[in-house]
Amino acid sequence: MKTWLKIVAIVLLIYVHTAGLLMDVPRLNILNETVRALYFHVPMWFGMVLLYFMSVYYAIRYLRNPLSDFDTYSVTYAHVGTAFGILGMVTGMLWANYTWGSPWHGDPKQNGAAIALLVYLAYFVLRGSLENEEQRAKLGAVYNIFAFAAMIPLLFIIPRLTDSLHPGNGGNPGFNAYDLDASMRKVFYPAVLAWFLIGLWIVNIRVRIKKLEEKSIQQS
Amino acid sequence: MNNKTILQLLKKEFVLELRRKSVIAGLGLYLFSLIFICYLTFNLKQNSISPATWSALFWLTILFSVVNSVAKSFIGEKKGVFIYLYTIASPQHIILSKIFYNALLCWLISLAGYLLFSVFIFNPVQDKLTFFLVLFLVSLGFSTSLSLISGIAAKANNSNVLMAVMSFPVVISILLMAVRATKNAVDGLEFSASSDELLNLLAINCISGALGYILFPYIWRS
Repeated sequence: MKTWLKIVAIVLLIYVHTAGLLMDVPRLNILNETVRALYFHVPMWFGMVLLYFMSVYYAIRYLRNPLSDFDTYSVTYAHVGTAFGILGMVTGMLWANYTWGSPWHGDPKQNGAAIALLVYLAYFVLRGSLENEEQRAKLGAVYNIFAFAAMIPLLFIIPRLTDSLHPGNGGNPGFNAYDLDASMRKVFYPAVLAWFLIGLWIVNIRVRIKKLEEKSIQQS
Repeated sequence: MNNKTILQLLKKEFVLELRRKSVIAGLGLYLFSLIFICYLTFNLKQNSISPATWSALFWLTILFSVVNSVAKSFIGEKKGVFIYLYTIASPQHIILSKIFYNALLCWLISLAGYLLFSVFIFNPVQDKLTFFLVLFLVSLGFSTSLSLISGIAAKANNSNVLMAVMSFPVVISILLMAVRATKNAVDGLEFSASSDELLNLLAINCISGALGYILFPYIWRS
């Protein structure tokens, strides 16, 4: 990963944290100051979906050309994506506690996200229970692609079919409505970009560590 | 040639299934016990549960029996059978025949479950046509998604646990649609009320069927 990308990520994150906490936000009923969760909670989900997407991309590449590098990338992206997902879940529950009254509210999007996490936890269980390395990579890739395709309806279609408390669903003002005024966009988009870059950075480091471990095993 | 191979494979599935009558009997008994447990534990009397509860209970019962029956399509098959199939048919033929066979099996199981539910619990379904359409689409959805997962799980050590762990998150979207459409059918709403769900089910079926068709050759070769 290029050094300037890392610097961009750090600078953007510093900006997002200062501006996100200090800048003026629109006053809305119920939401009030918690609207700032947009800067910290939503980028986690964007990051998770993007990282899972990268994981599926490498899974497809592995199936087309079985190199163990692709598999390493695929599983590492899934790991980091799951970490983002858990963080998104926790921040969302914190926010929901103040606006909806309880951390878990049976919101379709919340349930869908929990199921998406379950899918990837199942993926890790599958990988853990296969001993042959090549088979683990191959079956993991197949399940990864299949599960990702099954996850999309959960995250993007079902919440739109039912009433949801989530901003942006079921008639609630959301992403593109009046409440997200231009000043919030100025913080939100950099936040998404910065967190995605951080995700890529973590993946990069983890892949390098894994490769070094493999090398040391081969040498010993 | 193509269709002939699939038909041959389908015939083989049927012959094998009918030859092992204890397996069919086991499946039937499993379904019956599940429904009987529902009946006893909920202490259900006529119309004592709401349509929503009825459809949730119905689909949970069907889900458990179906996961168990589809799981054995690859799990528990002898190694020799795999090697023999490998020499005579392409992976696409095998997955298609398994999907068709499992769809039929799921459909029969859900029909039997519906019959038992109406005997033991009660039969609140008003719009029968929509309900049977839902049963058909969901059977197809279960078989398309579970056949591939069964193929994956068969390669691992603790297949049965893995089968459940991997399949439940994947079929939840199918199940949610099914429960919603069934609730509409139970309430006797117009067909247009649940057409969204039915179309969604069809779309999910197409996605998982296509994925199964494309991805199965990769796991078959390993």
